[in-house]
This record gives sequence, C-alpha cells and structure tokens, in this order.
Amino acid sequence: MIETLPAILIGAVLVAVFSIIIGLLLMGFDRIVAARMQARIGPPLTQPFIDIRKLLAKENVVPENAIPWLFNLAPVIALASAITILFYLPIAGFAPVLSGGGDLILVMYLLTLPALALVAGGFASGSPYATVGAQREMVTMIAYEFPLAIVVVAIAWRLAAEGISLPFSLATIGANPVWGLVGPLGAIGLLILLVVLLIVTPAELSRVPFDTPEAETELAGGILVEYSGKNLALFSLTQGVKTVAMASLVVALFFPYRLAAIAGISGFLGAVIDLLFYILLITLVTFISVSVIRVAMARFRINQVVSVYWIYLAIAGLGGLLLVMVDQIMGVV
Amino acid sequence: MKIPSSFNRSLWVFHLNTGSCNGCEIEIVATITPRYDPERFGIRLVGSPRHADVLLVTGPVTRKMAPRARRVYEQMADPKVVMCIGTCGQSGGVFFDSYNLEGPVDQVLPVDVYVPGCPPRPEAIIFGVVKALEKLERLEAQQ
Ligand code: SF4
Repeated sequence: MIETLPAILIGAVLVAVFSIIIGLLLMGFDRIVAARMQARIGPPLTQPFIDIRKLLAKENVVPENAIPWLFNLAPVIALASAITILFYLPIAGFAPVLSGGGDLILVMYLLTLPALALVAGGFASGSPYATVGAQREMVTMIAYEFPLAIVVVAIAWRLAAEGISLPFSLATIGANPVWGLVGPLGAIGLLILLVVLLIVTPAELSRVPFDTPEAETELAGGILVEYSGKNLALFSLTQGVKTVAMASLVVALFFPYRLAAIAGISGFLGAVIDLLFYILLITLVTFISVSVIRVAMARFRINQVVSVYWIYLAIAGLGGLLLVMVDQIMGVV
Repeated sequence: MKIPSSFNRSLWVFHLNTGSCNGCEIEIVATITPRYDPERFGIRLVGSPRHADVLLVTGPVTRKMAPRARRVYEQMADPKVVMCIGTCGQSGGVFFDSYNLEGPVDQVLPVDVYVPGCPPRPEAIIFGVVKALEKLERLEAQQ
C-alpha cells in the first residue's frame, strides 16, 4: 500500500496519464474494430488523439443563454471524477493509489459522478436538445444502477459467505478470485452476472444501443450539442477514461488474475507482463461490451432502456444471485 | 487563427439542406458508405454544427432557410470551411427562376469549395473534400 503523500501524488499523475492514453487508444481500437466488422478499413489507431488535438485548437463557443461557469466547469469535473475512479481500482495487480480509503461502494458512487457532471453541463447549456438529453441521461442512470448493484452485491455476498472480512474491499476481491470459490451451479450464476455487467457497461459509457441521451440523429448530439473546442475535447477524454474505468471494474470483479504471479515471474519483468495482460483483458472487455454490441444493435428508445434494465437484466441478475446462493448453501450442506 | 496540422486528418462534417431536392443528400449518404469509407481519413458526419469543421450545404437557398443557414454557419466554431454540393447551390440549377429563392448559396454564406453536378457523384464529393484540404494547407503555409 502506498502511504506517503508524494508517493500518492506521483501515483495519481501516473494513473491519470496512463488512463488517458489507454482510454484514447481503446477508443481508436473500438473504431477500427467496428469499421472492420462493417467491411470498412477504418481510421488509424491514433485517430482519437488527432481529434483531441484538433478540438483543442478550435474555438470554444459558450452559448448566449448558457450558464458560463457551470457550462465550463462540467467537463473538468467529468474528467477529474472519471480519473478518480481509477485511483480506487487495482490496475494490473498494483495496489490502487488510494487503496486505504475506499471500496466497491465508493466506486459505484464515483461512477455516477461523470454522468452527473454531463447532466449538469447539459442543463447549463440552455439548449432544448441538451435538456432532453440530460433528462434521458438521468433516466438511464437510474435504470442501470440496479443491475450493477445486484452484480456487486452478489460477489461481495459470496466472499462474505466464505467468512472473508471486508468483502467490499477491492483488495479482498483481487486476492480471492470469485471463480475459485463456487461450484458448477455458482459458476453458471457468475457467468450470468458477468453478462449482466457487460451489458451495463455500454449504458455507463453511453454507447449504442444505450446512447439515447446523446442520440446523434434525433437529438443532434443531445447533452453535448452545445459543446465545442476545448470542452468537447475534455468530454472525449472523459469518455476514454470512463471506458478504462468500467473495463477495469469488470476485470477487477471477475478476472483479478495476474499472469506473472501464476507463471511465477517476479520483479520488473513480472510487472511488465502483468501490465500487458491487464491491457489485453480491458481491450477484450471493451471489444465485447462496446464494439460488438454497438455494431450489432440499433439504438433503444428511452422507455425500452428502462425496461431492458429494470425487467430483463434485473431478473437475470437476481437469477444469477440466486444460483450463487443456492450453490453456496448446497456446498455447506 | 492558427490551423493545426491535425485539422485536415480529422474533418467533422455537418450537413445542411437549404432547399435541395434530396438528390444530393442521397449521394452524400452514398459517400459515407463502406464502399468509400471516408472515416479512413478521419472524416465523420456529426449531428451538431458546434462540433463541425465543414458545413456541407446542398440545394439553393430558399427564403425561409436563408436566416437559418446564416445561424448554423455562425454556430460553428472557427476555423471552418463551407462546401457547396450540387449545381443548385451554385446557380439555382433547375430551380433558378423559382419565386421563393433567396439565391445560390454564395449569396448567403462564404463558400470555399464548389462541387458541381446534379447530383455530384460520391467521387466528386470526395474530390471536393480533397480540394478543401488543399485550401486549408495553403492557408496553413501562408501563416
Ligand atoms: S443539384 Fe440536382 S440533385 Fe442536387 S439538389 Fe439540385 S436538383 Fe437536386
């Protein structure tokens, strides 16, 4: 665990730079993969970097009937809070930068912060499109929060049933991969929970089919409609960092494995292998829950988003939770 | 204003119909299909003029659309380029003597690149984008 203040600061800067770079690369990867699936060549991997550089050079328009301070503050808060999430998540087996201070519950709350900043920015821009988008974003947030909570609680419950203390702590979850604890029935339950979490991810990231708040064709960009230049660049960075954060959460909950530890390699080489393995895992998660779903589906209406999460995914999640519980009880008996 | 070199590898396009017959729209949609795949060069259609670098205008400008076209142009963030797609936008085309025309596009907006044709082929539209890029590079060299 990192204790001293300078170490925390250095760690924070490293995590911020790392997450921004990996986030943009993941977005570029997603665009290439989506293009290949549509039989196109697609943009270069560095396209998001080029886009950001262009946006930073462009004029930053603040609309006449916007609330300027909130309008300009929202993107900064969104990016800062997205990076903060990663301070609490283990990256590549390294202890989280702020590992002492928070657990999964805190991460769940932090995950809503970028979305809330987006909503505030949408309302502050004073455009009817952005207002509708912001309202939709709030509805989407309420919708996906429930299945996400089920997944988190199920895993923590399973660890607690094993008699492990601090089941919500990410260090505990990392030390006790949940797949090792369950029998075949519980494995099926966990698989269901994993699928639920993978479907929650695109909504968390406002990607198709849950990009209803940003619906480009109906809402002209929704929440982001009035944003340009520097502020839009900050929101794109947030998007990238959030992708890393969500993928890291999936990896931390379900695949807290370290290749180097399994292979018995330690030291610097082990750290590098761990990092590469971790990047591979989050790329895989992004590929499944962002690229494949996004190419395969069209956008849901906002009422469909709610019923998908509250009815279908909630039932699936509860079913998974039930299987995990039955498995545990049978194991004890 | 300084134009960065990343500008011409990341052109975001907003399409505005100021009174076109929809023929030009169909060709623009054909241009963004996988066959031509302009995303290779970072070209993307965006939904809001605030995000756009290029304004694609199709059709002659009707009286109702003229103030709106000016507003959309003003909403775009600098630096920006206007492309006029189709014969109508250059001369009025088949609608040249219509009673409700404000005039060709260049009577309303400062046009940078004209793409003639009724409607122009996707290849012509892509050529127009290349011309726009060349113009940007020229402006860059002048700075
Ligand atoms: S140029 Fe031809 S296709 Fe295009 S809007 Fe005019 S009439 Fe229609």
